[in-house]
Amino acid sequence: MVGRARFAFTVLCFGYAFLYVPIALVIAYSFNASRLVTVWAGFSLHWWQALLHNEAMLSAAWLSLRIALVSATLSTLLGLAAGYVLARVPRFPGRMLFGSLVIAPMVMPEVVMGISMLLLFVGSQQFLGGPDRGFLTIVIGHTTFSLSFVAIVVQARLADFDRSLEEAAMDLGATPWTTFRTVTLPLIAPALGSGWLLAFTLSLDDLIMTQFVAGAATQTLPMRVYSSVRLGVDPQINVLATIIVAVAAAALIVSVRLTRR
Amino acid sequence: MGRKSAAGDLTMRAVIALPFAWLILFFLLPSALVLAIALGTNAPDAAPPVELGWSLANFGLLFTDDLYVAAWLSSLRIAATSTLAALLLGYPMAYAIARTRPERRPLLLMLVVLPFWTSFLIRVYAWMGLLAENGILNQVLRWSGLAAHPGTILGTEWAVHLGIVYGYLPFMVLPLYATLEKLDWSLLEAAADLGARPIAAFFTVTLPLSLPGIVAGCLMVFIPAVGEFVIPDLLGGTGTLMIGKVLWDEFFTNADWPIASAVAICLLVLLVGPIALFQRQQARSLERR
Repeated sequence: MVGRARFAFTVLCFGYAFLYVPIALVIAYSFNASRLVTVWAGFSLHWWQALLHNEAMLSAAWLSLRIALVSATLSTLLGLAAGYVLARVPRFPGRMLFGSLVIAPMVMPEVVMGISMLLLFVGSQQFLGGPDRGFLTIVIGHTTFSLSFVAIVVQARLADFDRSLEEAAMDLGATPWTTFRTVTLPLIAPALGSGWLLAFTLSLDDLIMTQFVAGAATQTLPMRVYSSVRLGVDPQINVLATIIVAVAAAALIVSVRLTRR
Repeated sequence: MGRKSAAGDLTMRAVIALPFAWLILFFLLPSALVLAIALGTNAPDAAPPVELGWSLANFGLLFTDDLYVAAWLSSLRIAATSTLAALLLGYPMAYAIARTRPERRPLLLMLVVLPFWTSFLIRVYAWMGLLAENGILNQVLRWSGLAAHPGTILGTEWAVHLGIVYGYLPFMVLPLYATLEKLDWSLLEAAADLGARPIAAFFTVTLPLSLPGIVAGCLMVFIPAVGEFVIPDLLGGTGTLMIGKVLWDEFFTNADWPIASAVAICLLVLLVGPIALFQRQQARSLERR
């Protein structure tokens, strides 16, 4: 028994070290005085100041935040509808197709989704004259892959709870809409909250779909980070990484609180 | 009453129609477009640079040109070995978490999931500083005297493997934990009472019972790994061929849309088997609830 406990302890130490040492090093080197990301030259907030004055990076971050807000909200609404249908409507024409269409974006390689979405927008521009590539096309792209994740979370939550609560409300004369609003919605609210957060994170972090559908004039935060990182390590990216990890940790704690309630 | 239910019916129809229409318009239709473009030919002077047609030449090229065949095979190989490595690391972790005291498990699980909530791009970037020629790993190796002239890992297939295991480890651990957590541990005690050594009990009881988790975890790593672009681009070198990167280069560097579309179709064909398996498992696990 002691041997087994020691084995578990060793495995977990190694596993978590593997997961966290690279992140910890990135954070530590955001406070490095040297330009070289690999040589420690003393503590400094130089790169933090540099990032806070990096207009291009800040405006890209602002754009990414706006895109993530809109697409997370849109995909939560669509994902709620899709998840509800999957869990509660067993039969309608095209049910099979509907089911596979909801899951497919989760497993579709992103490069494939990116190229197909771009071809759609190029086609619509040819034949319909719009939309111009930029904010709107990125929101549509992000919503399309995020809504699947929200739908799965909602469906799982709906499958978990007792259906008789909804049936009781209906028996007492509530319309389906009233039942949904007063019984179903409060029960799945935590799932909706964590689904929204997931969609928000996916959108904020997306590079591939965005690169395809963004057009020439639009640069989101991951696009900026990618073009900077391609040229090698950059201390300002370390600062950005530190901020992202701090925000993600906070968001995760909120999300865990939401789902546990 | 009749009017009310008619209105309810209409609402229900809208609830079905909205996501359905969205997915048809923005997922199904674009996928069909990729196939249409793949059958066309490259027209560099036109905008967009495509001439529609019914030519299978692009697909022919994919099977005859060594570059594509090599990229195809090495994507499969790299994804498969990385998935195996992630399983070998993820299984003991999931097992250890499932066997700790219940009140500790949420925190341990949260620590597995947290990296997923940070930026994927940043996590790949973290390895660039670690694995570079004068990176932190090599400095540690030199300083400790383990290797006076360590080679460079960045830019090799090793770095790509590391990146995939690192990036997708949470996807391996979570489904494994989900099956191991539900495992009836008294079966193991029964095996021990009947004289099975711990190793034998593991291979005859625990492993077979956790097979659904193993399959789900492996698919969740393997499927995205095959089409991965960011990891081979940032951590791999010029010699690392992966199909996702080939597609990207054909599209953005060579502006050859029909070939890029044909590569996309081939990538999908490659993944049809694993994806169908994954969908069947998803459906089954939802039925079991």
